[in-house]
Amino acid sequence: MKRYLPFLIVGLVAALAFGGGFALYRSKQTAAPTGAKDGATTGLHVRGKKDAAVTIEEFGDFECPPCSKMAVTLKKIEEEYGSRVRFIFHHFPLINHKHARPAAHAAEAADMQGRFWDMHDLLYKEQNNWSHAQDVFPLLHGYAGAIGLDVERFKKDMESETVQKRVDADHQLGSSRGVSSTPTVFVNNVAVPPASLDPSGLRKAITTALEEKGKTKP
Amino acid sequence: MSRSKNKDRPAPAGRGRTILYSIAALFCLLGLADAVYLFVVALTGEAAACGGQAGCSEVLGSAYSRVAGIPVAAFGVAGYFAAFSFATFAAFNYPRARGFFAITVGLMFLGTLWFLYVQAFVLHAYCRFCLFSAAITFLLAGLVVAGPSPRAAEGD
Repeated sequence: MKRYLPFLIVGLVAALAFGGGFALYRSKQTAAPTGAKDGATTGLHVRGKKDAAVTIEEFGDFECPPCSKMAVTLKKIEEEYGSRVRFIFHHFPLINHKHARPAAHAAEAADMQGRFWDMHDLLYKEQNNWSHAQDVFPLLHGYAGAIGLDVERFKKDMESETVQKRVDADHQLGSSRGVSSTPTVFVNNVAVPPASLDPSGLRKAITTALEEKGKTKP
Repeated sequence: MSRSKNKDRPAPAGRGRTILYSIAALFCLLGLADAVYLFVVALTGEAAACGGQAGCSEVLGSAYSRVAGIPVAAFGVAGYFAAFSFATFAAFNYPRARGFFAITVGLMFLGTLWFLYVQAFVLHAYCRFCLFSAAITFLLAGLVVAGPSPRAAEGD
């Protein structure tokens, strides 16, 4: 018996590694985010026409590098598909990102002066600079100035309860839909699997959504 | 693989070796669990997102996390499983297993050095799961260095 014991142990470990890995994979698949229950996909920050055939919703974190890449991808997709797509951004600042919440507040404060998307784009573009800063606030104030905001008003708005509530509401919305990581993207209320969050995967999801709506390819 | 000394009562040195390789096998199990987790995370695409339990998107989502389209974690799974198997056989006095174990750990050590370099000097970001794997590999390398040389062991 002892002669076969190492074979038995190695076989058992192989089976456990495979089985454990498979179970983990399955559990991650079933924990996928879900679309809005009432099918209503809306938010505070919308780009594109209301009657667009495809709605892309993103739960993003300004400090998350993949979200920064996603912002570039989504811009290209919007250009490519034109009026057939509209884009909604929701805040989902992650706890482990030190400056994500101040950045979300900055975007909301910019929105109070009608410049959300300018701040959104600038925060992603400059992510590498501010995300590693010890004190992020001077940089955020500088960005507000750079896009032509009233900086003193911006500073007050950043600290306001309204801004905090908006960010919290988005975060709660994400949590209620099972969002746990960023970027999480929904195309017509269907979550795009993280493995497909690349340009080709997104195009495929949009094409499928367009076909379902009876539209033609770009 | 020779089992010529199977019926011998384990000499103190032999018992020490059995303990050494058993410890190595346990370390390999920890490394295997870590690598399986990273492999699953790579398969689900979670690796390239922020906020999952990994929390190391910069490393796991980088171009260095795949070789010819295969997640590096897959090589980790293969490496740790091979090291575990050789350590187990070595613990059961299969002399050749000691040599294979040393070679496998040596290759894993070189791979670990490369990935530490990439994290420190190329990506300027660290993944704690990758660092855990590196620590396990260093421990295994330490056991290989501290243990009897495979050739000497074969001559026992």
